[in-house]
Amino acid sequence: MADSLDRQPLSRETVVKVARLARLKLTPAEIDDYVGKLGQVLGYVEMLDEVDVTDIEPMVHAIELRNVFRADEVLPSLSRTDALKNAPKTDGVCFLVPQILDGGGSSA
Amino acid sequence: MDYTVIIGLEVHVQLLTQTKIFCGCSSAFNPEQPNVQTCPTCLGLPGSLPVMNRRAFELAMKTALALNCEISPYTKWDRKQYYYPDLPKGYQISQYDLPFSHDGFVEIVIDAEAGTKRRVGIIRAHLEEDAGKNMHDESGRGLDSRVDLNRAGTPLLEIVSQPDLRAASEARQYLEELRLLLVYLGVSDCNMQEGSLRCDANVNLHVHPEPGQKVATPLVEIKNLNSFRNVELAIEHEVTRQWAEFQKTGLKIGDVPKTTRGWDAVRGATFAQRGKEDAADYRYFPDPDLVPVTVTQDEIDAVRASIGETPPARRNRYAVTWGLSDYDCRVIVDQERDFAEYFEAIATGCGDGKQAANWVTQDVLREMKDRKLSVAEFPISPAVLTDLLQRVLAKKVTIKSAREVFMDLLTAATDETPVPATVERVAEIIQSKGLEIVQDTGAISVAISAVIEKNPKAVADFKAGKQAAVGALIGQVMKQVKGADPAGVRELIIQQLNALL
Ligand SMILES: [Zn+2]
Repeated sequence: MADSLDRQPLSRETVVKVARLARLKLTPAEIDDYVGKLGQVLGYVEMLDEVDVTDIEPMVHAIELRNVFRADEVLPSLSRTDALKNAPKTDGVCFLVPQILDGGGSSA
Repeated sequence: MDYTVIIGLEVHVQLLTQTKIFCGCSSAFNPEQPNVQTCPTCLGLPGSLPVMNRRAFELAMKTALALNCEISPYTKWDRKQYYYPDLPKGYQISQYDLPFSHDGFVEIVIDAEAGTKRRVGIIRAHLEEDAGKNMHDESGRGLDSRVDLNRAGTPLLEIVSQPDLRAASEARQYLEELRLLLVYLGVSDCNMQEGSLRCDANVNLHVHPEPGQKVATPLVEIKNLNSFRNVELAIEHEVTRQWAEFQKTGLKIGDVPKTTRGWDAVRGATFAQRGKEDAADYRYFPDPDLVPVTVTQDEIDAVRASIGETPPARRNRYAVTWGLSDYDCRVIVDQERDFAEYFEAIATGCGDGKQAANWVTQDVLREMKDRKLSVAEFPISPAVLTDLLQRVLAKKVTIKSAREVFMDLLTAATDETPVPATVERVAEIIQSKGLEIVQDTGAISVAISAVIEKNPKAVADFKAGKQAAVGALIGQVMKQVKGADPAGVRELIIQQLNALL
């Protein structure tokens, strides 16, 4: 494992933050565990830093495909029953979630 | 100490496609039947793959070009991660650092009387997907919220303006101009009740403690404004609130992070919203499920050619072709397309754009509003109004008589037993009311001579330099020669009186 010497170790704060963003509740012992394990993963990926990318255009996609479109034509949707089938809670019409407190009809 | 108001708007517009942006589900507004327009892709089920709707991209490009934006030759889509019940995938597919368009502008009139215009910069317009709709329990018993995902995945164009607006009224002007353009282009129905057009406003103040000095107040974003009136009211309230706050606390931008506020239309006040936790940390990254889009100059040219005439171009054409005032051009074009076409048919038909503009902006518009009629419902067709105006221009009826005919036609056509307003009816009304101008100057001259003889005092007044004396004589002549053109009569009286001098 190419653990370069100048690499900053993964901080506890970062692990706590990432866990919160992913809505994961971790115990202090789990946090310690991930500081080590996630740090190793990052260290492994950081091997890429050794590649010289001067004058190379950044790429945003691994495949060379461009301009994949579909026609604006309506296809059958799922029935409501099927759409709701995997939801933890429904009233048969809508998905049900614990009350949303911060108002606002939509997030987008 | 005074201040400048700084406003930038973010507008979300639903595009008029048949289907959603990444799947074949219908994008029709359908709140009565929740969750019947979904599929594995827009539900975010594992294994599903989004594919870009070509029409959505074309409509977005058309709008961006009409907003004078530059189109990026290379664009991609990114995932914006956050958790919210209306967002099934846990991320929204949006555009982060390579939006498909940028750097455009919209021109608005900020002072109608002086004709002062302001060019409002557009930072970017990008294409993204809409979220679903949350419905909250309003019983106060803390029941579950309900989620309808019919709307999830509807194509949205987000248009971000520069902070170039300087008053709440300007924000409204900008939105009205934007809506007009979108409706003209046919890219959105801009129905605010149905949420097809939504607006967030970024507001702060630049306070000038001394002339030339500038202190910015903390930035506030007012979310989910659902009418133009509310945009205006919310900004006005926010300006007052920020000014009071600044005088009390002296807090500047940077002292506190940007905050989000809602608008309570009932109380007429903005209120602090609890910020989404770590809202700013969206951890954007390129969506690996979608490939980038490249656009060639030929494709841009083709879309540009499909734009047709934008409202500003149409106003300009009316000014050049018909010599209309800036004000008239706006009144006509801002009524949306069918009204402008109604005007054009009459202007072309009678050959006098100014006369046509006077009639449509005054008589037609007034009656449409009073009777709550659309142009399509308005019973006097362009052909009939053209016929009437041709008679005015040929000096066969006076403008006053034409107005009488116009009102008679309208009254009869909107009666319980309606009489259609036709060209024949125009002739009938003129005939039966004797409104035709008497062209026989001989008859008029005889009548004038008789009136002059009977009114020595008016004649003496005229000789003494009182032009107003002519007015009394005109009325008497008109009584004798029904249907004479008062302007013509006036001229002939003055001629005869001058001959007496
Ligand atoms: Zn779908």
